[in-house]
Amino acid sequence: MDNGDGLAVEGVHAWRGERHVLKGVSCRVRPGELLHVLGPNGTGKTTLLRVICGLLRPDQGEVRWRGEPIGRIRSEYQRALAYASHEPALKGDLTPLENLTYLVGLKRPVRTPELRAYLERTGVAHCADLPVRVLSAGQRRRVAMARVLAQEALLWLLDEPYTNLDAAGSALLSALLEEHIGGGGIALVVAHHEIGASGARGRLELAA
Amino acid sequence: MSVGAGSALLLLIRRDLRLSFRRPEQLLQPLVFFLIVTTLFPLGLSLDLATLREVAPGVLWVGALLASLLSLDALFRSDAEDGTLEQLALSGQELTVIVIAKTVAHWLVSGAALVLVSPLIAIALGIPSTVFGTMLTSLALGTLTLSWLGSIGAGLTVGLKRGNVLLSLIVLPLAMPLLIFGAGATDRALAEVSSTGALYLLASLCVFTCTLAPFAAAAALRIALD
Repeated sequence: MDNGDGLAVEGVHAWRGERHVLKGVSCRVRPGELLHVLGPNGTGKTTLLRVICGLLRPDQGEVRWRGEPIGRIRSEYQRALAYASHEPALKGDLTPLENLTYLVGLKRPVRTPELRAYLERTGVAHCADLPVRVLSAGQRRRVAMARVLAQEALLWLLDEPYTNLDAAGSALLSALLEEHIGGGGIALVVAHHEIGASGARGRLELAA
Repeated sequence: MSVGAGSALLLLIRRDLRLSFRRPEQLLQPLVFFLIVTTLFPLGLSLDLATLREVAPGVLWVGALLASLLSLDALFRSDAEDGTLEQLALSGQELTVIVIAKTVAHWLVSGAALVLVSPLIAIALGIPSTVFGTMLTSLALGTLTLSWLGSIGAGLTVGLKRGNVLLSLIVLPLAMPLLIFGAGATDRALAEVSSTGALYLLASLCVFTCTLAPFAAAAALRIALD
């Protein structure tokens, strides 16, 4: 029995159809730590993240948050996490501000000025009132990052967050990650290249 | 501080309504379909009002059912395709709350809109205005029930590339009682016989589906997200 204060993944196996994607993955991440998940394409990095956030039930093994299986504390756990999938998951017909209002608003009560400040932080405040469909891929990524920030979650699960970002955007993301784990947060990041953030960090390499 | 289910429900309904009004062509499509289908009948059948009046309730109901089916496929699909459904599922709110909000919003822009334009068609088909009360009540109950049934079908077919035909195959057989009692209620009112029995049956079907469908649709969505 594990009574830790962070996230624990214990012997997770997952099948996608006929493919055995995750073959007994285990890891631990404590507050103030970043776990860099790497591996060639198709080795189950996204699947692992989806298992950890609870969208996918593992065929074997368990994910624990503060010692409790995540299935048992579902809504509490979901409020503690912010997940950014490899697609930005924004509504093209809504503005960045509206996208944030509706999605973050389901987790915690938010006010517009506060959300504008988060968009400012990720450098997209000037397009806060344009429909998302006219934004570039990099700008959408920044809006998705603002959504992660705005959820004020302890656990960040980021799937390829560096995609489409320019040099300044990558530096910003690394700085945000550093600040997050510096403040006692936890981050799991799937990325193909090195993460610039300093601080405590682990690596989890998934093999084919 | 967390957000209660009630405020989450209202927030989501507002979101879906705003999304619908950003795409007016999708909003108008079922309405235009309804108007066209029902106005084709007089051309194909007869221009005699007495003849039309006899088939009018059936025509109105078939038109309304098919028109609301048109938009059902989009209920969860657009959110599933752009990844926002995952975000909604991870929002700390129950999936049933999300299903209820999306279905209610969908009914407001499809079913309720059809109910509002139905008097126009009723006049064209020679239905006297004394029957409007029964007709509007039955249509409102019927389209709402269809939206609940549709939420289950839409949840089951959201993972398929082209789920539209399958969705109709799942939902239409379940909608038969609606057609029978709905058109029946209007028919009885036309014949100046009491239609309360049929209306009560429709109301009970509506209550039955709105109690159970959100759970079934949420279970279907959980499978789709897996």
